[in-house]
Amino acid sequence: MAAESGKIDPMHQFAIEPLFGTDHLALGGYNIAFTNSALWMVITAVVLWIFVAGGMKRQLVPGRWQMAVEFFTGFINKLMMENVGAAGKKYVPYVFSIFMFILMANLLGLLPIGLFGLHPFTFTSHFTVTGVLAIMSFSIVLIVGFWKHGLHFFSLFVPHGTPLPMIPVIFPIELVSFLVRPFSLGLRLFVAMTAGHVLLKVLAGFVINSTNAGLGYGALVGIPSFTLMIGISALEMLVACIQAYVFALLTSLYINDAEHLH
Amino acid sequence: MDAEAAKLIGAGLAAIGAGMAALGVGNVFGSFLESALRNPSAADGQQGRLFIGFAAAELLGLLAFVVSMILIFVA
Repeated sequence: MAAESGKIDPMHQFAIEPLFGTDHLALGGYNIAFTNSALWMVITAVVLWIFVAGGMKRQLVPGRWQMAVEFFTGFINKLMMENVGAAGKKYVPYVFSIFMFILMANLLGLLPIGLFGLHPFTFTSHFTVTGVLAIMSFSIVLIVGFWKHGLHFFSLFVPHGTPLPMIPVIFPIELVSFLVRPFSLGLRLFVAMTAGHVLLKVLAGFVINSTNAGLGYGALVGIPSFTLMIGISALEMLVACIQAYVFALLTSLYINDAEHLH
Repeated sequence: MDAEAAKLIGAGLAAIGAGMAALGVGNVFGSFLESALRNPSAADGQQGRLFIGFAAAELLGLLAFVVSMILIFVA
């Protein structure tokens, strides 16, 4: 395995460990141990709740905190208005929740609390988590689509003006591209976060191993690697925001398909 | 060839895909900036489309990363 060449295993940060002695907690034959992943989900939800609750003052002249919360609500509101129109108003709470949850999770996973001996865990770097988030968005599309349009929803797979002989060809292609959506939605978030964290840990491994090998190697390899790490960390914060935005944006586009067909 | 060596070579070849996605993402943002500077007033309205293009181009690079990760750690 490639990871054995250095002492630092970049994949170890994604290991899921049961906490608080709940290793064998089971429900209906399934293990439901309270893991570090679950702990960080709780932390994310609590931080998000505090952030939003702190801004719900409804003052006429908003303070800084209220401005921050209203920036995000206004941002998602605008996103839904632009992409779905007036029908998108009722989905704003859902898209806002999922956007803020992913954003907070991505950013909390980048916290440098390793300095204090704690280990941040980015649960969005697991396909089980992002997959469920994607399935939630996808099921809303399916439920709304079939509820509103009935079997007419299948006309989504036949674009306007398709010539009759082309329909048997176009229909399966559009159907497959529709069915791949939840997969690509979850995969994008999970891989983007995983890739960034692996890259940071690999560079950290360079710094540690080169410095251990001697001062000359440390200066030659360690310092450039560390400089690169600082830059990559900034890039990762950008990626954390962009991925949350892309998830919300694609969710809004898919909801638009369900609301208006083509 | 040793199966382990072939896996690692395959993972390295998959990295070409990541580089190609870099070309794609650069093309998306480059073209956007090029046209945004020609007509700055219309640029803000196209930001959603910009990120859709970015997401589509990036996904293919991420798939290349997944292929290499699967080759190294799973296969």
